[in-house]
Amino acid sequence: MVLNESRRRFLKTGGALVVTFALSPTKAAPTVGATTAKTVATDEIDGFLAIDARGRVTVYSGKVDLGTGLETALTQIAAEELSVPLDRVTVIQGDTALTPDQGITWGSLSIQNGGMQIRQAAATAREALLTQVASAHGVAKESLTIKDGVITPGSGDKGWSYAELVGGRDLHLKLDAKARLKDPKDYTIVGQPVARLDIPAKVTGRFTYMHDFKVTGMVHARVIRPRGLKAGLLTWSDAKARKIPGYLGAVRKENFLAVLGRSEWAAIKASRAVDTTWSDWQGLPEKAKLWEYVRGAEVVSVEDVQKVGNSAAAMQTAGARTVSASYDFAIHTHGSIGPSCAVAHYQNGKLTVWSASQQTHLLRTQLSNMLGMQPADVRCIYLEGAGCYGRNGHEDAAADAALLAKETGRPVRVQWMREDEHGWDPKGPPTLIDVRAAVDAAGNEVRAWESQAFIPHKPKESAVTLLAAELAGLPRDEAFPGNISQSLGIPYTVPNIRATARWLAETPFRPSWIRAPGRMQNTFANESFVDELAVTLGVDPLEFRLRHLDDQRGIELLRRLATLSAWTPRRPMARQAGAVLKGRGLAYVKYELYRTYVGAVADVEVDGQSGKVTVKKFYVAHDCGQIINPDGLRNQIEGNVVQTTSRTLLEELQFDRSRVTSVDWASYPILKFPDVPDVAIDLIDRPNEKPWGAGEPTAAVVPAAIANAIAGATGVRLRSVPMTSEKVLAALHAAPSS
Amino acid sequence: MSMRISFQLNGKPASISTDDPQTPLLYALRDGLGMRGPRFGCGLGQCGACTVHLDDAAVRSCVIPVSAVAGRKVVTLEGLGTPTNPHPLQQAFMAEQAVQCGYCINGMIMQAAALLKATRNPSEEQIRTALAENLCRCGTHVRILRAVKRAADMMA
Repeated sequence: MVLNESRRRFLKTGGALVVTFALSPTKAAPTVGATTAKTVATDEIDGFLAIDARGRVTVYSGKVDLGTGLETALTQIAAEELSVPLDRVTVIQGDTALTPDQGITWGSLSIQNGGMQIRQAAATAREALLTQVASAHGVAKESLTIKDGVITPGSGDKGWSYAELVGGRDLHLKLDAKARLKDPKDYTIVGQPVARLDIPAKVTGRFTYMHDFKVTGMVHARVIRPRGLKAGLLTWSDAKARKIPGYLGAVRKENFLAVLGRSEWAAIKASRAVDTTWSDWQGLPEKAKLWEYVRGAEVVSVEDVQKVGNSAAAMQTAGARTVSASYDFAIHTHGSIGPSCAVAHYQNGKLTVWSASQQTHLLRTQLSNMLGMQPADVRCIYLEGAGCYGRNGHEDAAADAALLAKETGRPVRVQWMREDEHGWDPKGPPTLIDVRAAVDAAGNEVRAWESQAFIPHKPKESAVTLLAAELAGLPRDEAFPGNISQSLGIPYTVPNIRATARWLAETPFRPSWIRAPGRMQNTFANESFVDELAVTLGVDPLEFRLRHLDDQRGIELLRRLATLSAWTPRRPMARQAGAVLKGRGLAYVKYELYRTYVGAVADVEVDGQSGKVTVKKFYVAHDCGQIINPDGLRNQIEGNVVQTTSRTLLEELQFDRSRVTSVDWASYPILKFPDVPDVAIDLIDRPNEKPWGAGEPTAAVVPAAIANAIAGATGVRLRSVPMTSEKVLAALHAAPSS
Repeated sequence: MSMRISFQLNGKPASISTDDPQTPLLYALRDGLGMRGPRFGCGLGQCGACTVHLDDAAVRSCVIPVSAVAGRKVVTLEGLGTPTNPHPLQQAFMAEQAVQCGYCINGMIMQAAALLKATRNPSEEQIRTALAENLCRCGTHVRILRAVKRAADMMA
């Protein structure tokens, strides 16, 4: 049985759980670890597409579905461009032997970039087939039409199907960036709320997640983590573990220590039975002084990410009034509901790793580097896991499994425990942002805006250190925190602007990107401060933004948001009386200053006694250009709102001087059903524009919308995420009562 | 020293032989009996991803020893309904597209199924309360609420 097809089959049908290595070689699917004849070149149509003898289309996507509906959206894009029915298209994702490297599945780029490469590949193939038919049969290309994968002449005669024309042969075509695209007015699949292909299996227990994947002869491993982040392993003994039935042994490489068992439960019990002593490492900053630590960290470089006019001179103008504020945003964990998991098999010098990684191609590079192997001898295959929302522990679990598979020669499954995921996945770094502005003497307009963000520097490679490589002392990358200076600049027509990233030499925890990395923190500061300025100038916050916008799409979006939310102009509110204070807040972003527009209004209630904030409702207006699947888009927007409400109100990593101490859901609480807001959405569809990303931009506006609503309700400004009951109560007590 | 524990799984007799009666039911189901509905989320009874029905009550299979289910009825997501004959909740979750990554969805459906068995037409507040200890990280909550309401209507 062919590997990728068998994988597909049990993904779809829930058939055999076990994939064996008895695979017959075919062109499309190599035996495990073998090199393949299929090209994965990004400039070859055969890299992205295959059409078999039955006319079935296979799409090879380097971008992967992380629970976002991407598989369905890519199916729609390819089916539309090729004019074939949806059920004739299958998408293979993130297999380094089969799919082109389209970059990490991050940054809300999967449709915007990855999907558009696939659309262009499909258009290239279609145009080439039309040309071929036209010239072979002496008919005008323009007279040909395509329906259900059959090219039909204007005469109405029987046509030529893709199955006959291609029939499993390679297309041998270069990607044509200028190949004519289908006119959106002719779309019948793109733009439709097609039901997601994965949901029936997911709701009936038939879906195969990474965590369900098994290989014949597979053993189970658990990694024993150091007492402190960089503590050294002094002594260890598995004397007690050896009494556990099914215990197979331990692997130790420097500070990497893991136990193996025949069953999962044996491995878990063994991991708890091993005695260890570790060196005393207390290198983390004191949590109570985190922001002093961040502010005082060594600056590697200073970068202006937006510069307009001369802000320094404008700040000095006689009579100008300066307003300033500092915002901080706590360290967050990804918090995947399913802890990371991977399976690896090392055989005859070749390594195969199954992982829920959002970056299988990069993972292959990192694993080959860590293990001193050639990338060609490593194959990484994507299987969907629990949502990761960025670079969580999936790649680290893969590295654990790869190291153990190479050391033991057995197929090894590593399943992280909850404390591994909460304690050891890389973290969204602590972020501190100072903003100041100069208002003219009359108090009518903003003359200058300056901001600086204190954020960990970006190494050259967009990779995050593999934990196993760090613990085992093997070759490794530094940790890349994400493109976290994005959206620090502002989308407004202030005449003098300077937005600066202060790139820091260090950050307490291994950093990585979590949904809307940097854009969320920066937009929180920017849009909170805009609200503060509107208050200062006594202008309605919506009116204030409209006055400072010259972008017609942005203006239209805010007007539609005003309608959706029935916005009424407001002035700074006096402190209300009563036990429950109600308020609304608004925030806006033009993501990374060039793409997706989002505006949001939050309605909140603040309990004056407890300080608890409840977000009752969110209104979101959203313009990401051409919409591929409106229901999938709504699902993403709703998810962004709810997840970011959780991050804004509740989430904060706890740690002592040695390690993370919030290692479960009790110590790192997230939003629960009773506190989930309703979400109302207005989608602005622009079929003739490019499709932009939607996986993150809504998240960026949520914290400021909530902060602004709290200020609206209470007159008190929260400049620190999370806005916990304790912080709100303290702020209420500190504020002068009216 | 191996012992055999017998119980009813999804309406059929099942048994598992184990050397440790304290093995959590979750591992017995997933690793021993090939179930994939219940999922490992925390191993602490905090998130609900592993939820199954034990004699019609929703329980966390990650903290129940397999020995505790001897002679009792266990139902998992795959036993609640099938792709060809789905439970109303499974139908409603499809109709509302109430899934993102779907890792928590087993727990959402199993918890809601127990609620709907006990409470015929729950209010939104009752649904929110019943699902309060089931965690979802994707933020699919608003759709899950709609799906449970839809299923309640279908079953009314």
